[in-house]
Amino acid sequence: MFVTSAFAQESAPAATEADTHAATGVPAEAHGTFPPFNPATYPSQLVWLAITFGLFYLFLKRVVMPRVGGIIDVRNDRITQDLDHAARLKSEADAAVAAYEQELAEAKGKANAIGQQANDAAKAEAEAARKTIEAALDQKLGEAEARISSIKANAMKEVGAIAEDTASAIVEALVGGKASKAEIAAAVKSVAG
Amino acid sequence: MAADKVDPIHQFQIHPIIPIHIGGYDLSFTNSALFMLATVAVAAAFLYLSTSSRSLVPGRLQSVSEMAYEFVGNMLRDAAGTQGMKFFPFVFSLFMFVLVANLLGLFPYFFTVTSHIIVTFGLAALVIGTVVVYGFMKHGLGFLKLFVPHGVPVYLLPLVVLIEVISFVSRPVSLSVRLFANMLAGHITLKVFSGFVVSLSALGAVGVAGSVLPLAMAVALTALELLVAFLQAYVFAVLTCMYLNDALHPGH
Repeated sequence: MFVTSAFAQESAPAATEADTHAATGVPAEAHGTFPPFNPATYPSQLVWLAITFGLFYLFLKRVVMPRVGGIIDVRNDRITQDLDHAARLKSEADAAVAAYEQELAEAKGKANAIGQQANDAAKAEAEAARKTIEAALDQKLGEAEARISSIKANAMKEVGAIAEDTASAIVEALVGGKASKAEIAAAVKSVAG
Repeated sequence: MAADKVDPIHQFQIHPIIPIHIGGYDLSFTNSALFMLATVAVAAAFLYLSTSSRSLVPGRLQSVSEMAYEFVGNMLRDAAGTQGMKFFPFVFSLFMFVLVANLLGLFPYFFTVTSHIIVTFGLAALVIGTVVVYGFMKHGLGFLKLFVPHGVPVYLLPLVVLIEVISFVSRPVSLSVRLFANMLAGHITLKVFSGFVVSLSALGAVGVAGSVLPLAMAVALTALELLVAFLQAYVFAVLTCMYLNDALHPGH
């Protein structure tokens, strides 16, 4: 569209120029003229430029550019798609790792709880056993102490009687007479007391 | 005959291959037209065939086509924004046409289409014509704001508008002359140095030894011309993008 409109503007003055040259009788293949500045060649060059460039433009616009653009778009789509896919896989992997870690933490917690429980039970059992044994020992200790004190009391009682006997025997040997039992007991008691 | 061989202008001669005369005009199919056709055929065939497999992972040739496509696309988007993308086929065609015409011209005995001012002027006029037609179609008379920059004092306005108008009018001239002159000068220089090689070699053993220098020069110039071929196609496309930006956003 632009090709033809712009070209029309351009070709008109060039054409008139060629016309004037034709009118003045300048030969088309003028020798001595610098070829790029030879106006006789202008109409032909412009026409063929318009034809070739116009076709080239249409071919690129209709065929080549949609194709190259398509290739690049498809590639970009594919890259974004692959990146999305990779991101999705990564997030899935992250989620799996997180789940694994959570399960691991739970299992650890459970194991700790079980261990703690077993520990507590064992402690309590040991404590109970210790307490019964201590109670039994305390009881035996009490019994033993009672027995000791009774034996001690008996022994103390017998100590008095022995002292009286001994005293009466000593008195008998020294004095030669018999001392009354009551007197001796009083004397022993006063000494012991 | 020898002088004809060394004549650096000879390569720009246009001669008809199939004479065609319509309505008094000489519209012959010339060597110039032949190479326009070749340019278009080579560029179109390359772009078409290199992308025919539509591979997801591009091969070398497909990469080249995609690179050219994205290169021009980014250039246009940077200069004229997303709105400018409606001109993408136009700018891409211009870039590929100029680039392939320049490159084909580097082959010995090949005609350089872009070394003729009328061809480059035709392309430049096409660009400016597009700018003017689209500018008035889109903005109406608002397109004339292009010549009135913002923030200029009123007493300076006539002068500034005059300068802007001159600058706008000289655009098609500078656009076409830049490409034409670069290609013309490069090819003449190449031809002159290559001519030295031939002339010196004709002088005997000393001449042959001496001709090494212009030969090396010609080789170096060929590399330079390859660069210029790319550069001028790039410059042409970049300027086209900037002018199209004016058509889209005339208010500076």
